Amino acid sequence: MDSDLPLFPPQASTLAPDVDALFFFIATVVVVFAALVFTLVIVFAVRYRRRSAGASGAAVQPNYWLEAAWIGIPLALCLVMFAWGARLYFRQVRPPADVLDVYVLGRQWMWKLQHGEGPSEINELHVPVGRPVRLTMTSQDVIHSFFVPAFRLKMDVVPGRYVNAWFQGTRTGQYHLFCAEYCGTKHSGMIGRVIVMEPADYERWLAGGTSGPGLAAAGERLFQSLGCATCHAEGQSRGPTLANLFGRSITLRDGSTVVADEAYVRESILDPAARLVAGFEPVMPSYRAQVNEEDLIKLVAYLKTLTAPPETRSVK
Amino acid sequence: MTDAAHALRPDNYLNVDYRPRSWLLTTDHKRIGILYLLSLTFFFFVGGAFAVLMRLELLTPQGDLVQPETYNKLFTMHGIVMVFFFLVPSIPAVFGNFLLPLMIGARDVAFPRLNLASWYIFMLGGLFTLGSVITGGVDTGWTFYTPLSSLSGTQVTTAATGIFIMGFSSILTGINFIVTTHKMRAPGLTWMRLPLFVWSLYATAIILVLGTPALTMALTLVGLERIFGIGIFNPAMGGDPLLFQHLFWFYSHPAVYVMILPGMGVESELITCFARRRPFGYSFIAGASLAIAVLGFLVWGHHMFVSGQSAYAGMIFSLLSFLVAIPSGVKVFAWAGTLFRGAISYETPMLYAFGFIGLFTIGGLTGLFLASMAVDVHVHDTYFVVAHFHYIMVGGMVMAYLGAMHFWWPKMTGRLYPEGWARLSALIVFIGFNLTFFPQFVLGYLGMPRRYHAYPAEFQVLHVLSSAGASILGVGYLLPLVYFLWSLKYGKRAGANPWNAAGLEWQTPSPPPPHNFTETPVVTEEPYGYPVEQRG
Repeated sequence: MDSDLPLFPPQASTLAPDVDALFFFIATVVVVFAALVFTLVIVFAVRYRRRSAGASGAAVQPNYWLEAAWIGIPLALCLVMFAWGARLYFRQVRPPADVLDVYVLGRQWMWKLQHGEGPSEINELHVPVGRPVRLTMTSQDVIHSFFVPAFRLKMDVVPGRYVNAWFQGTRTGQYHLFCAEYCGTKHSGMIGRVIVMEPADYERWLAGGTSGPGLAAAGERLFQSLGCATCHAEGQSRGPTLANLFGRSITLRDGSTVVADEAYVRESILDPAARLVAGFEPVMPSYRAQVNEEDLIKLVAYLKTLTAPPETRSVK
Repeated sequence: MTDAAHALRPDNYLNVDYRPRSWLLTTDHKRIGILYLLSLTFFFFVGGAFAVLMRLELLTPQGDLVQPETYNKLFTMHGIVMVFFFLVPSIPAVFGNFLLPLMIGARDVAFPRLNLASWYIFMLGGLFTLGSVITGGVDTGWTFYTPLSSLSGTQVTTAATGIFIMGFSSILTGINFIVTTHKMRAPGLTWMRLPLFVWSLYATAIILVLGTPALTMALTLVGLERIFGIGIFNPAMGGDPLLFQHLFWFYSHPAVYVMILPGMGVESELITCFARRRPFGYSFIAGASLAIAVLGFLVWGHHMFVSGQSAYAGMIFSLLSFLVAIPSGVKVFAWAGTLFRGAISYETPMLYAFGFIGLFTIGGLTGLFLASMAVDVHVHDTYFVVAHFHYIMVGGMVMAYLGAMHFWWPKMTGRLYPEGWARLSALIVFIGFNLTFFPQFVLGYLGMPRRYHAYPAEFQVLHVLSSAGASILGVGYLLPLVYFLWSLKYGKRAGANPWNAAGLEWQTPSPPPPHNFTETPVVTEEPYGYPVEQRG
């Protein structure tokens, strides 16, 4: 970020060198083919320039081998680029196990970032180097997009649903955070930075944070004040118990199953009847009017603490 | 025929009647082509003016020239005007209308009145769009993504109505071209004897007819949501914002091919004429047009790799996007092959044809980065994408449009343009274009997002280069406006066939008589039969 005329972005995540490797492979293909076309055109244009006014071109017989070659060779290269890109994409969208959870809330025109471990930040995200960070993101209004060029990371943040992304910082420093999906008047002001720190510095930062209680603790208070426990306590018959909920496969009334994840929990708070657990009646009202997206994140974080930590998280 | 006789006898479509009503009520496809030419020239410079203001703002990192609202309206209107009121109609509406009947030896298109109606519909759509500018503008981007466009307080409904109306003009033109190509061909003009430009128009017309309704529906749904509060796309009302993206790109990706296929058709005409050769692989070029038209409908999801779309759906779209690159590659190689052992001369249309190959090749090949899912994640919604599609749309289509202007101007007006000035302007356009858009590839990979009114200081040098290039490009576009107008009065008279080109349109006088041919031509051989016998 120091140079006046940078020509290549910093590589600061585990995936950045891999994305760049594919980029350079495609760039090589592009340069070779462009050079081939330009050379042919220039050489032909000079070599076969019209030497007398009435001259005309030679009759050239179609050459089907040549046609087949310039269909076949690009096709083979395209398949390589496709397969390479698709493989890498699946690594980009599937977080590894043992992640640090960060909840991202986009709104016109700021980022609110809440650490699972407690503090919340505006337009800044502090993370330790060398640990995978999983982002669970939603928007309060329109579509935004969480873009950190140094991590080669981008994911649209869509209202009404949770989307996930992840990264693992490999180099300490400060990196641009942009909103990449046009989101209205101050779109270009919806920027911030990601600060990758040494683990010890990160711990110090966490400890010195000025934020209030942890996210889960806030969620627990909300859980109490909304009266959720009235129906969802252990042994209650009106609602299913919420202990060890996350990552479990749940049978629904219509016989289908769903894995309880953040999105399912969010939906069940806002629209309880949408996917009702087998054995229960649709008696729960929607809490759409009582909770906003930030409250939902708190509740989700709290409910996660009710799930025993071990190997339960499903890594697909 | 002498010059004096030309001036006195009403013998062509221009001098047959000078009254305004003879233009406003004309059903002559050539006059309708001219009406489109005038309208599109106007829209092109309006859209260009928006771009000038944007490039001025981007000279400095701070947003200091215009307010953010204004900047957002500028890029929105630039996109809407350029895409819907210049690029989509451009070559089909001007040169397709003017040339299709001439090239197939017909008196007119199949439905001449419908043809005039489509111009009026187009202009009505244009009035709504300009109306939305005058009454405050639109700030959603030309893509109208929901729920931003559901919530925006600007003139979204008016602008969407303009595009909705304009869509019907596209559909009618598409139907007219398809029927004309099927039913109006001269005796002996079999499908495999059609000029490649006609093939490209035919493929384009298919896309217009099948794709435009999807756009029309998507915009109607946005309108219903805004006016009646019916929740379709806005999740706060129970809608799904991604549904809009699917509907929008189902039209708008094929529309990209609407904005390039006719340019490819022009390219094939120019190269064969100035290389004095039959095209290398006629059937491959014609087939590639159709392959692009069909495959183009199946790749829309590559605009949505980071939208939250299923990763498996993304894989299919990625694969199909790579496949659609193949027919474009076939065409580029075929053009290069057509130069082989040709007899090449370098008049202005050919310079634009060379420019087209260069810029379209770069634009097409950089699409490979975007088809590859993992790289697209990084460059999506950055200046890399902006550079890529401008290389195709401006580097490809506008170069082809200008090439076509110079090539068929003598046929349309009966006058030659000044060759020296024209070559100079072609050179200026080529240099200005590359200086404007090449730095944007670098900016994009660095991470500069699109649609940013202000940006981090380290991107400034590249933005300044881009703005400098834009001013050169502007000069390159203004020059032809001047010398084409000049040539109307002072240009040398063109004979029927100033380029010694093959093709039926060159066998009738310039400008052509009202009904194109004094006797119906009979076609007895393959197209591009060079050398062409010079006729009296």
